[in-house]
Amino acid sequence: MLSAIDLPNLAMAAPEIWLALGSMALLMVGVFSGRNATTLVTGLSLALLVIAGISVYQIEDNGYALQSAFIMDPFARFMKILALIGSALTIAMSINYMRREQFEKFEYPILVLLSTTGMMLMISSASMLTLYLGLELQSLALYVCAAINRDSTKASEAGLKYFVLGALSSGMLLYGITLVYGYTGHTTFVGIAEALSGSDRSVGLIFGLAFILAGIAFKISAVPFHMWTPDVYEGAPTPITAFFAAAPKVAAMALMVRVTMGAFEPVTHDWQQIIVFISIASMMLGAFAAIGQTNIKRLMAYSSIGHMGYALVGLAAGTQAGINGVIMYMTIYMVMTLGTFALIIGMRKKDGMVEDIDDLKGLATRHPMLAVLMTLLMFSLAGIPPLAGFFAKYFVFVAAIEANLFALAVIGVLSSVVGAYYYIRIIKMIWFDETANTEKYVPMATELKLVLGVSVLFISLFYIFAGPVFDRTSAAAASFF
Amino acid sequence: MFDFNILTITTFLPLVGALMIAPITMDGDVSKRNVRNVALITTVATFFFSLIIWYNFDNSQSGFQMVEKSEWIPGFMSYHMGVDGISMLFVILTTFLMPFCILASWESVDTRVKEYMIAFLLLETFMIGVFCALDMVLFYIFFEAGLIPMYLIIGIWGGKRRVYASYKFFLYTLLGSVLMLLAMMAMYWEAGTTDIPSLLAYSFPPEMQTWLWLAFFASFAVKMPMWPVHTWLPDAHVEAPTAGSVVLAAILLKMGGYGFLRFSLPMFPLASADFAPFVFTLSIIAIIYTSLVALMQEDIKKLIAYSSVAHMGYVTLGIFTANIYGIQGGIYQMLSHGLVSGALFLCVGVIYDRMHTREIAAYGGLVNRMPKYAVVFLIFTMANVGLPGTSGFVGEFLVLLGAFKVNTWLAFFATTGVILSAAYALWLYRRVVFGSLEKESLKSILDLSGREKLIIFPLVILVIFFGVYPSPVFDVTEASVQALINNYQAALEAAGQGSTAAAH
Repeated sequence: MLSAIDLPNLAMAAPEIWLALGSMALLMVGVFSGRNATTLVTGLSLALLVIAGISVYQIEDNGYALQSAFIMDPFARFMKILALIGSALTIAMSINYMRREQFEKFEYPILVLLSTTGMMLMISSASMLTLYLGLELQSLALYVCAAINRDSTKASEAGLKYFVLGALSSGMLLYGITLVYGYTGHTTFVGIAEALSGSDRSVGLIFGLAFILAGIAFKISAVPFHMWTPDVYEGAPTPITAFFAAAPKVAAMALMVRVTMGAFEPVTHDWQQIIVFISIASMMLGAFAAIGQTNIKRLMAYSSIGHMGYALVGLAAGTQAGINGVIMYMTIYMVMTLGTFALIIGMRKKDGMVEDIDDLKGLATRHPMLAVLMTLLMFSLAGIPPLAGFFAKYFVFVAAIEANLFALAVIGVLSSVVGAYYYIRIIKMIWFDETANTEKYVPMATELKLVLGVSVLFISLFYIFAGPVFDRTSAAAASFF
Repeated sequence: MFDFNILTITTFLPLVGALMIAPITMDGDVSKRNVRNVALITTVATFFFSLIIWYNFDNSQSGFQMVEKSEWIPGFMSYHMGVDGISMLFVILTTFLMPFCILASWESVDTRVKEYMIAFLLLETFMIGVFCALDMVLFYIFFEAGLIPMYLIIGIWGGKRRVYASYKFFLYTLLGSVLMLLAMMAMYWEAGTTDIPSLLAYSFPPEMQTWLWLAFFASFAVKMPMWPVHTWLPDAHVEAPTAGSVVLAAILLKMGGYGFLRFSLPMFPLASADFAPFVFTLSIIAIIYTSLVALMQEDIKKLIAYSSVAHMGYVTLGIFTANIYGIQGGIYQMLSHGLVSGALFLCVGVIYDRMHTREIAAYGGLVNRMPKYAVVFLIFTMANVGLPGTSGFVGEFLVLLGAFKVNTWLAFFATTGVILSAAYALWLYRRVVFGSLEKESLKSILDLSGREKLIIFPLVILVIFFGVYPSPVFDVTEASVQALINNYQAALEAAGQGSTAAAH
């Protein structure tokens, strides 16, 4: 059977192999290096992510590997780089936090690495098995991350909730996979697509499709599978919340694109309805439920639910412009989210973290610089031009219009107006409200300043390099056509 | 003679000024003065650059001039700038009024001076950009981006109900605009380009025009604002600081009218013709109803705000008559209203800075202590009424002439608005300026200061100058407006022939 393992093809999975081997090695380093383990492992993890990034770039071949279970194409390359950047930045953002909150655990960066490995597999998956393995590897690491601060009851609760609901969604996903296998006789996406294009689709297959989409929708926290998100976002330590909101969303969205555009491309009409529904539901819930929030992390949870809804608008179109929109949206979303979370992590007073939105009142007098940055981030999240958030929304809606999904587009833009309300409410608190609160935050850690600065530069100057970014995203989107 | 990117320079010069202000550390009065000076110098310089645009402008051409074009996102949007007779004067109006806005805030704004000036300079860049953009997406970006500084200006430096007013302004305008954005996307897929000159040459299918027209109308009607979506304006005007009100009334409202002229009328001629009676109805209601509402106001700024809505009713009326008198009159009315309403808000600002109230009842008999103020306020009031000899007359007269050609009753109802505007404006003037000076608090009020004279006198001169000699404006706009009307008529005729051919 040795000949079955096609060695040259294995090179396509080099980044994943690097990450998997590296994280195991780092586990050993962590165990044996004593007191300074966390710093050392964190540094090495960052290095490992950079190496993985470089090796993603070095793979020039496109195509399948491992009996059509693993695919490498421009889409995979782009999304992997994105996920790697997201993971690296979240590790960096947690350095000081861990020290100050006194739960330095060298396992944390390693868990992020393992989860990232899972994400890479998800992005490259070309078979239901790769999909499931990648998703589980990523999710298991995330469950542990959510509960990593064992002393906090909130964090434990968040971890447990996440695990139970996650297990449920995995079950649904597996059930869907078995149904699809039963009706098509294939696990690879190519095989499923071939089987579907030949014959009439059966009801059982549609059930399978629905279950698979439900399982993945859980991972991107789209309505109605979003219930875990606010609690987990609020309960987990903030840098870990930032992690949840960034890279895993990118990977899960990539997976959604792979499954729908790869395996189920012949039955576009069937999954389109499902995607349109969860997209509308997510946009509206994200817009309306966020209004009443008082905790900034919960607010960001609803915000991310809404943003996933917008990204799905592009997928619902199912065209090249639509996939391009999804990629663009996820790129910009990740940058905005990481910037916002860098700022939230920086909201720390002498006696600990602040998560109450009311505490932002009068930020403009206490920290003018932070106020300006937060304002730009909020306007961008609301999708107001000329900030990057506008371009993200532009490209998904332009695809929806092309696909004649007018109702979806109209509901989408209207809910973006509702959504704008809670973003500008934060700006109102920062600038308009008078407050007696004069207690300043402790100075921000350098790495947070860096992430925040780069993120805000990206969103406020996006129009300058929109062209080059667009070239790359459209090349990535072309992989499916 | 000037072979450089004059439009880009004019548009982004205020942004450069804002970037220069940004690093100034604020401690004490010296830094405040520096910030104010930089802002003033920037806006004045921008005005001079915009004069180069006028100098280079060729009145005989109807197309776009000083065009700049470069790739942005290939296939999706481009950076395309240019002006024609319709847009050029709005650029000048914007750059002309901004130094006055800065001067008007010289003393009245004393908190967060740096942020204030940055917001105004950014706003100027976005406003000029709206009038210069020749790419739909670029237009939309400038159009929407203006919300950011204006939201902050109303919210931070506004009056008591500033939060409510700023929310209302932001959400109302955004709601209208997003529908326009969807329409732009649909146009992009239909015509395959976002380039405005190409879209002007493209003829959209009739059914599609209806939907597109409605979507654009949602945005421009809110911005204009037309009855019944005008309710954000009185709130925003009342709560905004003086300079904010000036910009709002003089320039931001004109974006709606400009949008009608740039998009609705030339790109969707069939839908425009179909909807013209609808627009006329709304305009007449706006003229009569809001004039009556203005009569009942207790607050000076609110009264002027309602009068703005009524005057914008003339503009929409004129534009959709789609004849040379109506459109020329509409444009003239917009420019004149830009000067007059801006000046009126500055006049209100003068007494507000002294008394810190906008209640009409708190004033009376100002003529006794402020003769110079009484004179300039009278001139602007008369211009607002549309007295012959002031710029307000020319625009209103032409609009009524245009309306008369369409429908006699239309002109009749519109003319009642002139009478009503005389009623509320003169009554306001009587209550504020005339009478005997009885109120204790007014006994020590001072007449115009040197700075205030500097702000107001140029406007007086222009209001009278354009009242007696309107040709500089008409010379610029005529070729473009004529071309617009010719295309409009040609499109209607083509459609008419098409339908008759189909009937045979």
